[in-house]
Amino acid sequence: MSKALQQKLTARFGARILAATSQHGDEAVVVAPADWREVHLFLRDDPSSQMQMLIDLCGVDYPDREPRFEVVTHLYSLTKKHRLRVKTAVGDADGDDAVVDSLLSVWRSADWMEREAFDMFGVRFAGHPDLRRILTYPEFEGHPLRKDYPAARTQPLVPYREGAGVQGKLAPFGADEGMPFGRQTHGAPGSPEVN
Amino acid sequence: MGDLTRTHVVEGSEQGFATTRFQDLLGWARKYSLFQYPFVTACCGMEFMSFASPRFDMARFGAEAPRFSPRQADLLWVVGTISQRQAPVLRRVWEQMTEPKWVLAFGTCASCGGFYDNYATVAGIDKIIPVDVYVPGCPPRPEAVIDGLLLLQDKIATGDRTPGIIKPRVDPKQGQLVTLRTPADLEESHAALEAKVKRLGG
Amino acid sequence: MEPLDQDLDESELELPAEPMQLKMGPAHPAMHGTVRMMLEVSGETIVKCDVQVGYLHRAFEKMCERGTWGQVFPYVDRLNYVSPMLNNNAFAMAVEKMLGIKPTERCEYYRVVLGELARICDHLTCNGAMAMELGAFTPFLWFIKARDMVWDIFEEETGARLTHSFGRIGGMAKPPTKRFKEHVRAAVAGVLALVKEGEALLLSNRIFIDRLDGVGVMTPELASAYGWTGPCLRSTGVAYDVRKAHPYSVYDRFDFDVPVGTTGDNYDRFMVRLEELRQSARIVAQALEQMPDDGPVMVEDARVTLPPKDEVYKTIEGTIQHFKIVMEGVKVPAGECYSYTEAGNGELGFYLVSDGSGTPYRVRIRPPCFIITSALHHLIEGGMIADIVPTFGSMNMIGGECDH
Repeated sequence: MSKALQQKLTARFGARILAATSQHGDEAVVVAPADWREVHLFLRDDPSSQMQMLIDLCGVDYPDREPRFEVVTHLYSLTKKHRLRVKTAVGDADGDDAVVDSLLSVWRSADWMEREAFDMFGVRFAGHPDLRRILTYPEFEGHPLRKDYPAARTQPLVPYREGAGVQGKLAPFGADEGMPFGRQTHGAPGSPEVN
Repeated sequence: MGDLTRTHVVEGSEQGFATTRFQDLLGWARKYSLFQYPFVTACCGMEFMSFASPRFDMARFGAEAPRFSPRQADLLWVVGTISQRQAPVLRRVWEQMTEPKWVLAFGTCASCGGFYDNYATVAGIDKIIPVDVYVPGCPPRPEAVIDGLLLLQDKIATGDRTPGIIKPRVDPKQGQLVTLRTPADLEESHAALEAKVKRLGG
Repeated sequence: MEPLDQDLDESELELPAEPMQLKMGPAHPAMHGTVRMMLEVSGETIVKCDVQVGYLHRAFEKMCERGTWGQVFPYVDRLNYVSPMLNNNAFAMAVEKMLGIKPTERCEYYRVVLGELARICDHLTCNGAMAMELGAFTPFLWFIKARDMVWDIFEEETGARLTHSFGRIGGMAKPPTKRFKEHVRAAVAGVLALVKEGEALLLSNRIFIDRLDGVGVMTPELASAYGWTGPCLRSTGVAYDVRKAHPYSVYDRFDFDVPVGTTGDNYDRFMVRLEELRQSARIVAQALEQMPDDGPVMVEDARVTLPPKDEVYKTIEGTIQHFKIVMEGVKVPAGECYSYTEAGNGELGFYLVSDGSGTPYRVRIRPPCFIITSALHHLIEGGMIADIVPTFGSMNMIGGECDH
């Protein structure tokens, strides 16, 4: 359904559309970070596209790749009833320099979603006026959804009680035990001790 | 007179007066006039709503009046997951409550963190504030909550401040755990119910 | 001693002209325990508002990366905990989309019926809680009583009142009980009767209507720019319902309407939910009519289906198949997909990335009420402090979903 849209984008932007794929019935295009805002603006305003809604914006972490993070948006058109996924890749191996243009001036819904992607992955959105943490607290260090952030590392805001009556409750298994075999495939080689 | 266990009714004066220790009287009075502060954060809140609504009716236990100012409350219900971000708030609410105060951990998350053993959550509110009664369950059934409330009332009456946990009850008659009903039992009870309905209807 | 009567000329009160800061929540009773608002008020009028969420951030997405695909179900239950069954269905559908599995006919209907019952619970809770926050406690009791009737069905079917974890990749955990249809019909009739009584208590109440009508108005253009979906978007007049726009499962076989509002205020949101609840009842009735009485509710696919217990005990193939599915997880082919359904609050999407192993590489939930709440500040700025309560109540902010 959105194949036509992919062709239209390729015709308009040429080689700046780095890839156009289709899997499980979802159409996706990949663009460079520099074209991020322009492509989205085109998708919103072009009469054959009319994407009124930014349905979702999120990050994905691939520690083995360079650039490391993917920023993914899902767009939807209320009038044309079609969808498209747009992706770009940013950031070096340490997760620094992950900067992409903010879409806040294109769709207002980008506001919190970009703050979330910043909070979870440390991807910065240039032009976002209020890029604060949203789900974690300001004192939080690190970005929890990065693959190298250990899932169980807490950063308490209040000191825990000590002494009699406090149950020393620990999970019945170590951070790396009791997990299915499938998970072990994610331990990126050379990354500092996953979990 | 409820269960003023240590009350001694003076011989020949059943209609006149009874003697008890002042502490016991105080405990008896307190246990039926709990002003609750519901600190409701998560899924368990849904079950808490059910518990407050007519079918399970927490008002029967003298514990239904909510006070949203911690200064006026004496029972803190911690209903739901407490995240690290929420912890200072909970701690502050508890500190503002005046003595005597009790805390009931409603649900597994509040009791021990449950399966949210991760960077964002506090694994059990007893790391932040002391707890009197734990009611595990995800979320606990209202019956379990009633059980927990009654346990707390017992503790209040006797002045016992050791933490208590709701456990499966032992049937005093059989001296063993109450067994769950089997599907065959259920069929039987359905059939009995149907027969009853027929009898009444016909 | 100073004179008690003050000279009015001298004591002309110098009221501060700059706006006052007011912090509301997260322990405020109307904030659902999980939202904090930093308000700048000038008198009673809100000049500026910063909505802060995240007080119930439980790391859903991180936890998903730690277990198998099947182990995600208990976590999705606790996202939108007012309608867990819809989340179960949505996640199961997303993984099935990646695996290319089509659930059985009976399973589809079973999901629709349970899902619509969950939607009824969702709207009952939202409207009831909203009424309660405005001081109308009795209708709340009515609605919760009705919800308990639906929960009885869930308990009978799934064993749990609230958190069912009943969805499976490729079907449902158990087939419907023998008297499923009978029970549902009786319960839905009872619920509708209770709703009728409950709404009569509210809709003829001048105070209630006055606090909803014309408060928290949203325009359709702004709503779509903010990414609103679900009842909140429909209240502004945009008839976007995933069940109608992109019928999934068997929704194309039912005759139902998509209620829309006209002004997008609190009253419209309230009424849209009330009407949707009735439409859900219509869908349930039709689905029960069409639902086959026997047949499997789980696909026969060696990749996802656990072998029968008998085979697990007696044959080595069964044991190994069981072991591999439980311990390693269902192997989902590498790739990514976005699957969307209509949940209680709007479009609930799952963006899944798989690396071909038994563990999700990335599970991204598109939480409808997170995105709806991101526009909350727009609705309450310029209004009165007291208007926050109905406006926030009508958005149906569910902490678990909003904060992941």
